[in-house]
Amino acid sequence: MTDTPAIELKGISKAFGPVQANKDISIRVMPGTIHGIIGENGAGKSTLMSILYGFYKADAGEIWVNGSHKDITDSQAAISAGIGMVFQHFKLVQNFTVLENIILGAEDGPMLRPSLARARGVLKQLAEEYELSVDPDELVENLSVGHQQRVEILKALYRQADILILDEPTGVLTPAEADHLFRILDHLRAEGKTVILITHKLREIMEITDTVSVMRRGEMTATVKTAETSPEQLAELMVGRKVLLRVDKTPARPGAVLLDVQNLRHVDDAGVERLKGVSLQLRAGEVLGIAGVAGNGQSELLEVLGGYADATGSVTMKGAPLPLSGAGSDGSARRAAGIGHVPEDRQEEGLIMPYTAWENTVFGYHRDPRYQSGLLMNNALIKQEAQDKMTRYDVRPPNPNLAARNFSGGNQQKIVLAREIERDPDVLLIGQPTRGVDIGAIEFIHQEIIRLRDKGKAILLVSVELDEIFSLSDRIAVMFDGQIMGERMPAETDQTELGLLMAGVTERPEGSLIAAVDASLHEKEAREAGQHD
Amino acid sequence: MDKMPAWADAVLVPLISILLAAILSALVILAIGENPVEAFKLMVDGALMRSTGWGYTLYYTTNFIFTGLCVAVAFHAKMFNIGGEGQAMVGGLGVALACLFIPFPHWSVALIVATLAAAAFGAAWAFIPAWLQAKRGSHIVITTIMFNFIAAALLNYVLVNLLRPVGAMEPATAGFPAVTHLPTFQDMFASEGNPLFRGSPANVTFFLAVAACIAFWFLIWRTKLGYEIRAFGHSESAARYAGISPVRITVIAMLISGGLAGMMALNTTMGEAERLVLNATEGAGFIGIAVALMGRSHPVGVFLAALLFGFLYQGGAELALWTSIPRELITVIQALVILFTGALDNMVRMPLEKLFLATRRRSS
Repeated sequence: MTDTPAIELKGISKAFGPVQANKDISIRVMPGTIHGIIGENGAGKSTLMSILYGFYKADAGEIWVNGSHKDITDSQAAISAGIGMVFQHFKLVQNFTVLENIILGAEDGPMLRPSLARARGVLKQLAEEYELSVDPDELVENLSVGHQQRVEILKALYRQADILILDEPTGVLTPAEADHLFRILDHLRAEGKTVILITHKLREIMEITDTVSVMRRGEMTATVKTAETSPEQLAELMVGRKVLLRVDKTPARPGAVLLDVQNLRHVDDAGVERLKGVSLQLRAGEVLGIAGVAGNGQSELLEVLGGYADATGSVTMKGAPLPLSGAGSDGSARRAAGIGHVPEDRQEEGLIMPYTAWENTVFGYHRDPRYQSGLLMNNALIKQEAQDKMTRYDVRPPNPNLAARNFSGGNQQKIVLAREIERDPDVLLIGQPTRGVDIGAIEFIHQEIIRLRDKGKAILLVSVELDEIFSLSDRIAVMFDGQIMGERMPAETDQTELGLLMAGVTERPEGSLIAAVDASLHEKEAREAGQHD
Repeated sequence: MDKMPAWADAVLVPLISILLAAILSALVILAIGENPVEAFKLMVDGALMRSTGWGYTLYYTTNFIFTGLCVAVAFHAKMFNIGGEGQAMVGGLGVALACLFIPFPHWSVALIVATLAAAAFGAAWAFIPAWLQAKRGSHIVITTIMFNFIAAALLNYVLVNLLRPVGAMEPATAGFPAVTHLPTFQDMFASEGNPLFRGSPANVTFFLAVAACIAFWFLIWRTKLGYEIRAFGHSESAARYAGISPVRITVIAMLISGGLAGMMALNTTMGEAERLVLNATEGAGFIGIAVALMGRSHPVGVFLAALLFGFLYQGGAELALWTSIPRELITVIQALVILFTGALDNMVRMPLEKLFLATRRRSS
């Protein structure tokens, strides 16, 4: 190993208006290592990488690649400097084959055939070297998410990237796929490539990186050897104070069944069946966690229960059947029945972003006669209650006149939680309660959920974060392809078993885990492709 | 904060836009060999310096307030109602039917009934596109444009074949009974010694328009219906989450919108012509789009923008009367104002935003 860093950033600063996204950041990434960059949302990780990849121009600072000063003005310059980037949201052409996607923008000449032939050869070699096998002639739209990500990595390698940046790569993967990705990264490291891994998951940092840099509020607070640190220390560096990573809770005392869901089926606008006979029971005083990779019907389950997607089957609340389509099946009817809902996407569903905080604190409950005075709404009362709720839920800044979009993700989520929990619902549906939420707020949100459970309420928790499912749930149901694959008690299962269920593998396979997962996911894609036609 | 203050957005941007439009108009007037300063003086003189001029300006303003509010309420629900023109035409039919066939004891009763009829007819005309949008996903821009044509054809048919007095050559109804004639500003404000608003068409409907602005503000920002309309306009998915029915809001917002457009006919048909003629709307439905855009869909803004366009209309008429500037050029000037305040809004806003940020950074 040489002493010349593969990437060296010197004093990078970048401001967006009055917001200082990056402040005098210096970092050395050594070749042949996996370097983690961890930080909360809005800490400036993505901005930093966007500067490195030429999307933004830094206000100050220098970028050095392999010992020479580079002026990276656009992504072409980054690519020719040997930097490749795998985005969180893939940039693939869905109706092109893998091969066509690989050569897109890197064609050798005006005719495609020679480029495709060369790419096929390179692809074969890369696949062997790094366990990066993908069928080159398959259309991208037929690939599972994990395989699409491999195509993105292959694209970068095909452009001879020596330095690979991955932005939150495991967000959409099953645990087995994530493990496989880490093996790929391992191979890349062994071949002398440099990997920069951006993530907010402490576990991944501990598992795979050699060195980790922590960012907080636009500044690089520390760079440490992974072997010499601990998750607790990293969390503290990220947040700036000690954080509880575990949720303190007593065993649940489940009571009567409040919500009884039987054989729920839902077909979306495109005609694809998203729920294929889901049955579950939710008891008072327990948290039922729904684990699963995003896009396996969890969102639709919440939408149906929350009253804004039609379905067939039966749902009863405390024994009374709830209509699943037509009159009386909308969100207000569900709220009247005692079902609160913290939706998965607070910006698209839970809040009206241009509305003030106080207007948002009654969203969905705005028809309550309490909030009316004659023909008009009683804004004075709403404002006063909003101020109260915001103080109690520690929303910062506690200013009810600020528009929702001016709050950070965590504080937006607290506004939604305050609204739903303060209505004292018997059943609370919660989707991705801590997505895009900083660690400090996660701690608070988790405590609120457990507090509600201890009051004897029933909580249906949908989360793609397996850690969150484990730490909050009293019972775990795994969803895959619109079905419940099985229920487990948290104490009697582990990440591997749940990971296999999340990929639709119900029995532990004899041979390779990833092969079984791949096969199952491939089957699902094929089924969906068939449904579309 | 990454934006400029609200006052700059609401006041400075439109003002600069108008200024730019004015400069460009001046160049155009120069180009045809007339004196822009003289022309502007003439416009101000004819539209604002005499009570009669005001009488015309406010008459046009009344039209534009109604059509502006019509477009604005639809904007709040994120719909683009281009059908104000047709809705106003059909509203006029409602006014005419009420005035011609109901024996009224007093003009005030007539005004109330005619208002209801105008709003009902306008709303009914907006209902079909709204329903098609809500239930069938037919784009409201397309359907409302089409309904303008249908309204014109319908009115033509009704006037020529059904309501035209026997023997009359013109496609228009008979004059409305005298009891339905609305008090003009002249009737209300002129006295023997002080002949104000002589011969000008401004009438009591103007106050109805102002009342509509106030009611609009309460509706949008103080009632739960307004809360739902705005919520739906900002995010349909959030509205569905909250149990706000997209079908219901689409239909209701369009009914209100069409009703406001229909009420414009009170001014032209009952207040001014005192009979229903073809093309009584004279494009005011389309001006409403510019008024709503420029007024930021806020009643105060709509009022001011309507006043500006009222001035342009009346001033333009004066120009046509007293100079050799052709009428078409006046349309060009009006179009420039629409272009700058409506379509090219960001051209002014973006540099202004940068300027504000730059000064703020320097001061911080």
